[in-house]
Amino acid sequence: MKFNIFRAPEGQGGGSAVREPAPLTTAPVVGAHASAPLGPIKIAARDVSVFYGDKQALFDVSLDIPDKTVTALIGPSGCGKSTFLRTMNRMNDTIPGCRVTGRIEMDGGDINDRKIDPVLLRAQVGMVFQKPNPFPKTIYENVAYGPKIHGLATSKGELDDIVQKALKRAGLWEEVADRLHSPGTGLSGGQQQRLVIARAIAVEPEVILMDEPCSALDPIATAKIEELIDELRERYCIVIVTHSMAQAARVSQRTAFFHMGKLVETGDTEEIFTNPRERRTLDYITGRFG
Amino acid sequence: MTDAAQNPTGQTVTGVSSRTQRLQARLRGRYARETRFKWYGRAAIGFALIFLVILLGSIIMQGRTAFYAHSVTLPVYMDPARIDRGYPQGANFEQMVAEQQVRRLGIQDDAQGSKAAAMKALFSSELKFQAAGMIARQPGLVGQTVPVSAPLSDNADLYLKGEISQATPEDQRRISNEQMAWLDRMKASGAVRAHFNSALFTKGDSTQPELAGLLGAVVGSALMLLVTALIAIPVGVGAAVWLEEYSPRNRLTAIIEVNINNLAAVPSIVYGLLGLALFINFLHLPRASPLVGGLVLALMALPTVIIATRSSLKAVPPSIREAALAMGASRTQTVFGHVLPLAMPGVMTGSIIAMAHALGETAPLLLIGMISFVPGVPHAIDEPVGALPSLIYIWENASERAFHERTAAAILVLLAFMIVMNAAAILLRRRFERRW
Repeated sequence: MKFNIFRAPEGQGGGSAVREPAPLTTAPVVGAHASAPLGPIKIAARDVSVFYGDKQALFDVSLDIPDKTVTALIGPSGCGKSTFLRTMNRMNDTIPGCRVTGRIEMDGGDINDRKIDPVLLRAQVGMVFQKPNPFPKTIYENVAYGPKIHGLATSKGELDDIVQKALKRAGLWEEVADRLHSPGTGLSGGQQQRLVIARAIAVEPEVILMDEPCSALDPIATAKIEELIDELRERYCIVIVTHSMAQAARVSQRTAFFHMGKLVETGDTEEIFTNPRERRTLDYITGRFG
Repeated sequence: MTDAAQNPTGQTVTGVSSRTQRLQARLRGRYARETRFKWYGRAAIGFALIFLVILLGSIIMQGRTAFYAHSVTLPVYMDPARIDRGYPQGANFEQMVAEQQVRRLGIQDDAQGSKAAAMKALFSSELKFQAAGMIARQPGLVGQTVPVSAPLSDNADLYLKGEISQATPEDQRRISNEQMAWLDRMKASGAVRAHFNSALFTKGDSTQPELAGLLGAVVGSALMLLVTALIAIPVGVGAAVWLEEYSPRNRLTAIIEVNINNLAAVPSIVYGLLGLALFINFLHLPRASPLVGGLVLALMALPTVIIATRSSLKAVPPSIREAALAMGASRTQTVFGHVLPLAMPGVMTGSIIAMAHALGETAPLLLIGMISFVPGVPHAIDEPVGALPSLIYIWENASERAFHERTAAAILVLLAFMIVMNAAAILLRRRFERRW
């Protein structure tokens, strides 16, 4: 096996040995800082390239994403960070003419394996989009949707519990407890985004992908979401694409800088923002371009 | 120049600058263009309204008289000498009633009985069936005097409605001065009275205008539309969903798309020919039946339903699709659980417009045999029927003048049918939209 370096599947040993990412045997991660690990590697991407028709949008990206950590993907518009994010739950499959090469492993298994059903993968890898996109249904139905389609609840009571727990974790319960059956689209933008997060965590995913989750929100709603992301870090592996360097600095522990479809540099957020190795990273974080 | 640019009000030391003047002139031109355009719009709307008023006005003016009719009620002595109790329908009731009426009005008949014949012409042949029916039910009525009522004949009715006037030379009208005088007397005595023309809504087609009704055609059209809706809507929506949500983007699907758009523009008479060749000559389905009519109209409505459904599916924001897919919904769950419900108002509007279009379609019906005279009211989808548009065509070509007002009435009923359908579409649309 080419990549034998990642966390073994559940039940096959592991333990404390997997707390530390093993050294790479092949294809070293570009520009990786040597730093203290934050968690076992949850997702490992190797030589991932994405093509939209003939146009290549992502060039040989190799990146390790640790568990129970917030990893920020930053870079100027069109740099491929959202494209990379969408390879992790195979949302690119839904785009006609889109082709992904390379290998993305989650807990040691290749997610692009023919045998992996993207529908099941997406139950493990939740996603939050730039624009809040609750279903035009009630708040309750929004959160209950995932558990329902995946058959996670056996009774109405159980479903109610799941919904309540998810809304509480998303910090929305207090605000909507008395109007669970009013439309989710009637909430404010920030509330809608937290509803969407509640919807994603209701299916107990392992990874949550966030594609610029605050770019449509005002500063107060943004602060709430950031606070929430920080809380969610204890349970989930979070990958967030953001345009705001300040946000990346506030919420993430790891940062990866993308430029022109290539991963330029990755490392601890503090390192990236205080002592970047690459000239381009320095220029971007200091606002010289992008 | 630079002064004006620095000062937004355009006031410089020397007064209004030339730049400001130019800007103001241009602004005036822009406002003038806007005003002109508004008036073009108003003129177009006014023009359309005028034509609508002329169209509806002329139909209503022509058709309004068809909604009432005149009937005659006469005391009839059921003469035992002329009625065979065992076979009452063989008796010449019309002659009998006419002779009695001539005597009652104190008219001296001649040897040929021409007055009685003229009197007889004023009554509908329905009189005979009414009287024969009474005797058949109650043979004891023979020998007694009983009141019998029946519609007036079409020409007598037209005279009383003022459609035939004495100003027309007597030899150019179907009703003589003498008959007119009799009708006036009967009307004055109360034997003839006007009432709502219920026959128009309770009877099927007939060769006699006073007995002809629309019910057969309305039921025929409704049955046909039912078949059309049951076929065109599920098939059309299914095709659109596949094309929009599932189909790969390749040359084959591109060809299918272009051809669906082309089909929407095929003249309807071609669909009639197709229906004739395929459903009647090849599959031997019953000619002129709502089944065949519905199938042909369904073929015609399909492209409209597909195009409308596709455009409303396209209009569903992609964020909803992404949300469902990212939650781990399968493609089918995404389409049927989220996308299609959101597209439903558009789908229904498109479908009902296609149905309304199908309802008014005449040309294909003529080719599959719906031009024939079908008396009575249909009960099944495999028996011959008339349809409203083809009935309008048949009546308009009828030689009896009384059919002309009924043609206009049939058009009004067809319009009412469409208004009801469109109202249903709006109501359904509101209902579905309110759910979200």
